[in-house]
Amino acid sequence: MTTGTRKHDSKRSQDAMSTATPTQAPHSDLPSGHTAHAAHAEEGRVGAGLFDPKQLLRSLPDACRKLDPRVMVKSPVMFVVLVGSVLTTVFSFKDPSDWFGWTISAWLWLTVIFANLAEAVAEGRGKAQADSLRKAKTDTVARRLTGSSEEHVPGTELRVDDLVVCEAGDIVPGDGDVVEGVASVDESAITGESAPVIRESGGDRSAVTGGTKVLSDRVVIKITTKPGETFIDRMINLVEGAARQKTPNEIALNILLASLTIVFLLAVVTLPPFADYAGRHLSMVVLVALLVCLIPTTIGALLSAIGIAGMDRLVQRNVLAMSGRAVEAAGDVSTLLLDKTGTITLGNRQAAEFVPVNGTTEAELADAAQLSSLADETPEGRSIVILAKEKYGLREIPPVAHHHPSEEALRAPISSGELAAAEWIAFTAQTRMSGVDVDGRRIRKGAAGSVIAWVREEGGTVARDADGITHRISEAGGTPLLVAVKDGKGARVLGVIHLKDVVKHGMRERFDELRRMGIKTVMITGDNPLTAKAIADEAGVDDFLAEATPEDKMALIKREQAGGKLVAMTGDGTNDAPALAQADVGVAMNTGTSAAKEAGNMVDLDSNPTKLIEIVEIGKQLLITRGALTTFSIANDVAKYFAIIPALFAAVYPGLDKLNIMQLSSPDSAILSAVIFNALIIVALVPLALKGVRYRPMSADRMLRRNLAVYGLGGLVAPFVGIKIIDVLISLVPGL
Amino acid sequence: MSPVLAGVLQLLALIVALGLAYRPLGDHMARVYSSDRHLRVEKWIYKGIGADPDTQMRWPAYLRGVLAFSAVGVLFLYLLQRLQGSLPGSLGFRSIDPDQAFNTAASFVANTNWQSYYGEQAMGHVVQTAGLAVQNFVSAAVGIAVAVALVRGFARSRTGELGNFWSDLVRGVIRVLIPISVLGALVLVACGAIQNFAGIHEVGQFLGGSQQWNGGAVASQEAIKELGTNGGGYFNANSAHPFENPDGFTNLFEVFLILVIPFALTRTFGRMVGSLKQGYAILATMAAIWIGFTALMMWTEFHHGGPAFDLAGGAMEGKENRFGVGGSSIFAVATTLTSTGAVDSFHSSFTGFGGGITMLGMQLGEIAPGGTGSGLYGMLIMAIIAVFIAGLMVGRTPEYLGKKIGTREIKFAACYILVTPALVLVFTAVAMALPTPRHSMLNPGAHGFSEILYAYTSGANNNGSAFAGLSSDTDWFNTTIGLAMLLGRFLPMVFVLALAGSLAEQQPVPATAGTLRTEKPLFTGLLVGTVLIVAGLTYFPALALGPLAEGLAS
Amino acid sequence: MNNSVTNTGRLLWAGLRALLVLTLACGVIYPLAVTGVAQALFHDKANGSEIRSEGKVVGSSLIGQRYDLPLKKGQETAEPDLKWFQPRPSNGLGENTVNTRYKLILSGATNLSGDNKDLIGQVRAAQQAVIKDNTTATYEVDKADVPADAVTSSGSGLDPDISPAYAELQVHRVAERNHLPVNEVRQLVKAHTDGRVLGFMGEPRVNVLELNVALRDLAAKG
Repeated sequence: MTTGTRKHDSKRSQDAMSTATPTQAPHSDLPSGHTAHAAHAEEGRVGAGLFDPKQLLRSLPDACRKLDPRVMVKSPVMFVVLVGSVLTTVFSFKDPSDWFGWTISAWLWLTVIFANLAEAVAEGRGKAQADSLRKAKTDTVARRLTGSSEEHVPGTELRVDDLVVCEAGDIVPGDGDVVEGVASVDESAITGESAPVIRESGGDRSAVTGGTKVLSDRVVIKITTKPGETFIDRMINLVEGAARQKTPNEIALNILLASLTIVFLLAVVTLPPFADYAGRHLSMVVLVALLVCLIPTTIGALLSAIGIAGMDRLVQRNVLAMSGRAVEAAGDVSTLLLDKTGTITLGNRQAAEFVPVNGTTEAELADAAQLSSLADETPEGRSIVILAKEKYGLREIPPVAHHHPSEEALRAPISSGELAAAEWIAFTAQTRMSGVDVDGRRIRKGAAGSVIAWVREEGGTVARDADGITHRISEAGGTPLLVAVKDGKGARVLGVIHLKDVVKHGMRERFDELRRMGIKTVMITGDNPLTAKAIADEAGVDDFLAEATPEDKMALIKREQAGGKLVAMTGDGTNDAPALAQADVGVAMNTGTSAAKEAGNMVDLDSNPTKLIEIVEIGKQLLITRGALTTFSIANDVAKYFAIIPALFAAVYPGLDKLNIMQLSSPDSAILSAVIFNALIIVALVPLALKGVRYRPMSADRMLRRNLAVYGLGGLVAPFVGIKIIDVLISLVPGL
Repeated sequence: MSPVLAGVLQLLALIVALGLAYRPLGDHMARVYSSDRHLRVEKWIYKGIGADPDTQMRWPAYLRGVLAFSAVGVLFLYLLQRLQGSLPGSLGFRSIDPDQAFNTAASFVANTNWQSYYGEQAMGHVVQTAGLAVQNFVSAAVGIAVAVALVRGFARSRTGELGNFWSDLVRGVIRVLIPISVLGALVLVACGAIQNFAGIHEVGQFLGGSQQWNGGAVASQEAIKELGTNGGGYFNANSAHPFENPDGFTNLFEVFLILVIPFALTRTFGRMVGSLKQGYAILATMAAIWIGFTALMMWTEFHHGGPAFDLAGGAMEGKENRFGVGGSSIFAVATTLTSTGAVDSFHSSFTGFGGGITMLGMQLGEIAPGGTGSGLYGMLIMAIIAVFIAGLMVGRTPEYLGKKIGTREIKFAACYILVTPALVLVFTAVAMALPTPRHSMLNPGAHGFSEILYAYTSGANNNGSAFAGLSSDTDWFNTTIGLAMLLGRFLPMVFVLALAGSLAEQQPVPATAGTLRTEKPLFTGLLVGTVLIVAGLTYFPALALGPLAEGLAS
Repeated sequence: MNNSVTNTGRLLWAGLRALLVLTLACGVIYPLAVTGVAQALFHDKANGSEIRSEGKVVGSSLIGQRYDLPLKKGQETAEPDLKWFQPRPSNGLGENTVNTRYKLILSGATNLSGDNKDLIGQVRAAQQAVIKDNTTATYEVDKADVPADAVTSSGSGLDPDISPAYAELQVHRVAERNHLPVNEVRQLVKAHTDGRVLGFMGEPRVNVLELNVALRDLAAKG
């Protein structure tokens, strides 16, 4: 597959977003953040990579190249098959008229090639991705600042702490942080997302990645990584599999497979003396055929493809795992630390209700609140305008008629009509209020203390129940915003706007899912405990950490780990870096600082914190696929014995023909059918290995029951059917 | 009452009796191996050994203790036999030849009790009681000790310490094996088993003439022979001999003794890891296989396939009238699913399938319920293998009892399951390939092959029973089976203890809804399947050429 | 190196001491204690359950014996004395080969497999003999009536029992040879048939020695 992979996916996801996704981008500059989430919501499972049968053909040359014994020896199971293929071929040369030997040899070679093919296909997808990345990493020329002057040097010569200048049209020469200026940057080379993003000095949006393109303005960048180790380099290595190391679980499984291989090797090698005693001489070809059928070739052939495909699935979701170990760890995570803002709640608080004080009507309050917020561009302010409009039908300022009122329409009067004379008072940290003076009315809204102080200053009165309302809202986890007015009737408090964190749609269901998977969710927030608890209850998380400092976060992670739990978290700020490093799975947001990206073991290019959940699912899916195919592979052996043993020995012990329950047509055909089945099943399972076993969040028990039924029982039954069918086909070949 | 119904009732009675003993014995053993108090007699013993019973050992130290004690045991028993001719109290029996003495010493120290000698004409009182019977006790206690060390590996965290070998050994003997053996021996005597130190005894016969038989401390040895899953008979006919096993009740009682500790150890395990349910799951796995095998055995033996049995109208060859087919089937399965190897009927004359069941029982690794201690650790290794594969299928790095099954753990488990098949298959293959060993076969055809396959299966799995037609008192068999027994006993122990050490160092992972529930019936079913499939796949070709060929012929 | 040799030596020394101490406990004290109690409480059983008849010990109720005619000249195998109830075949019994100053019986089985021609031959021969021996003028033995235990060797070769069916089969012959009424002999067999322990453990059986002792008494009275 070509670069189209990711583009295609993100396109699909955008379609999905417009229809299905209810959430809002946490970072508006990266709308593709919902890609996988939306897909998830649609399919209710970890989506699978696509598989194109043509890939098999395309990867054939690579598969043959992998026949090198030095490469093969890394997979003990397939190495045994390779040795077996060589042996049978040699023996066939010694007896060239033996069609049986030749056929078996051919199928054994095919078995090896099919195994290599699986790996090559898996790698091929990564290669395509790497190529597109390489395009981005064309040799750039950097404009390095030395003192006040500028020099042009190749990007590869940049050192850490060098300062470089980039202007519109320049390719960023290396990874670094913006230290001066602000610019819009096209990061499509890495994220596949064409909408430009803003990068500015200071704060958590300072990181730029080598290979991305500055679209406007001018920035000075401080280089933070050595050439060759840049993000894009690592990404290329990663997707190409060059840096791929076997993960702990993969090694463990390999050990088990190797020991099973030895067991079967023993069972087969010791067979000739037993058979000789019984009066049956076994040829080398038959012994190799038996061995290859018994050793777990199916999983042996697909094991590395499963691992590569698992990483690939992450890449398709725009997540870069810096190590396979992290992906496996993701499957084991038992505690998820989720930032409240952007992950659990929409980024901002929204007006939920207007609570008037005694003597004021709701409409009056809504009117004043809306009026005072018309110029307020903050999300909170906009939400007040919208709530007043939607709930109270307020369109108090109709100088420009619109049939279909919209936000724009509401804001329109600001520059015209009666509001033209309005004087807008902006929010400042000192006053902690904003408002408007218009037509002799002065309206203020803001924090309770400030507004009350203002009313008193203006000689007004504060309604007795204002305090109670404020308190009640705070207790419910909301933020009270007092609205006051000074008009002909003097200064007075009108009521309170209830601002509330809005939990993203569907979060409760997701947390329920996670709970079923045995994962505890902890919400991290800077809010006070009251607010935090209210939101935690509403979202359905298991626990929360309020007024969280980076130190608190770190302490929480360590506490969970001390209890033997694996912790996953997301983070973007520099002060998240220690916690990201401490967590077993630390997902850094691509928008985050370099420090955060360095500390985490995964980077989410979409900077979508919700994706953590999907990462966990992908980790689980990887392990499940391995387990399922191992079970399938071992269960297969039963049928192969029933095919081969009677074929070998019914001649000397006729009773053993009763084991030929498949009624295979001849001994030769039985052995050949088993070998062919063994080879074909590898190809048949390549798509499954690449896509991963279907995964739905459910309890371990149910999952085991299901997978055992499908891959255990299926593994027992499938070869009986398969071998019988192949045998029937073989017996149709004339001359056999 | 039909014999089949009687057989089923006997099985049920056995289940009830084992059920009654399960809790008290299992809890007792848990206390024995957890308590930090020493009995006075134990303090004397520790003084005699010169060991501090309170020093905690890491796995290499624990293993060194096991190996040193066992090595001394082999040497001591070897010398005792070699010097028998000059020892008093030996009924004038000769010294045993070197190859047979090695074989017997290895055999009893390895808890196998393979016997290439005829008890009644080879071993005098001193060797029987001070040599063989002692190993019956201590080899069983060593097995339990290693199992307990593994259990501690699961139960403990962030420590490499597995307990103290000397203390575990001594407590096993003093607090578990001796008390039950005393009771067991007296029950057996009360039913007719002999217990004396008389010499060769001559009695008159009904129609004149006389019979000679051996006296001896038979009941006391019989009790520990079964209780410690040893199996070495005082007499050649083993538990088929009326002086060892006088009636239908003692027959069941001996089966009870064979099974009681291995089953109860699952309770001990559950107690010590703090979850009785985990113990029940292992128990259920063992019980399912045991009951299933017994049912199969009864079916094939009552069905009596085979030309001679068809002709005779029943598979009574090699079986005693007082036990019948039912009692013999129960005994045969219990003895081969544990590392006992005592027999109340002769497996070589079982039906083809029946012989196959005894062989497969051993080839499972003797884990249902297995030998004293070795059954538990063997089953726990299988549980680790099952958890590894199944655990992956629930999407987590596999863990068992909160301990992660990682590279190290799976390496030790994989080595463990490799040892016995390698020994069995390689030794059998070499024996079949050489010209002379085959001359030891009694029966022709597939059954002859079965005799040799059975011999190495029995030796490497530390069972000790035989298709006894094989003349195994040859240099070749004494030496190779001796080696198979030693390697088959102690190599797995190395891996078990290394595994225990690795587990003990781990911090346990708390169980969540995402954790594979190893106490549920589903897991039990999976474990049964794993055990059967792993052994079945390993031995299927060999079994096909032996018992299956024989059984399917008729 | 030197250190590890010393350590190994110390460890082996501890092992030896442990073995000796435990030998004292398990190999000396335990069997002696059990023997003491057994001899005190179950003296007869602990010494072999001997049976006396006419003032003499005639064997053990637990150990089977042969009831054969004395060997005639030139005979290799003795013929059964058909006056008495006959036990099961014991083709697996051996004689001691090591210390020949004793004439020990070596317990044991034939270990022949079900498909072994020798075993088939033995069973067939035994079956024919049982039919021939037990067919009397008034009673004909059918092949189907010959129970399996009558034609197979036991595990120990010392099986003291026969099945009630085999005893019943012999009733006519024994009655005829001892000039006793068939019914009386049948009653005798019935009286000496032991059921299963507690009704389900083991199999019903007839102890041959006890039966023959009683038969001799009955014949002497009659």
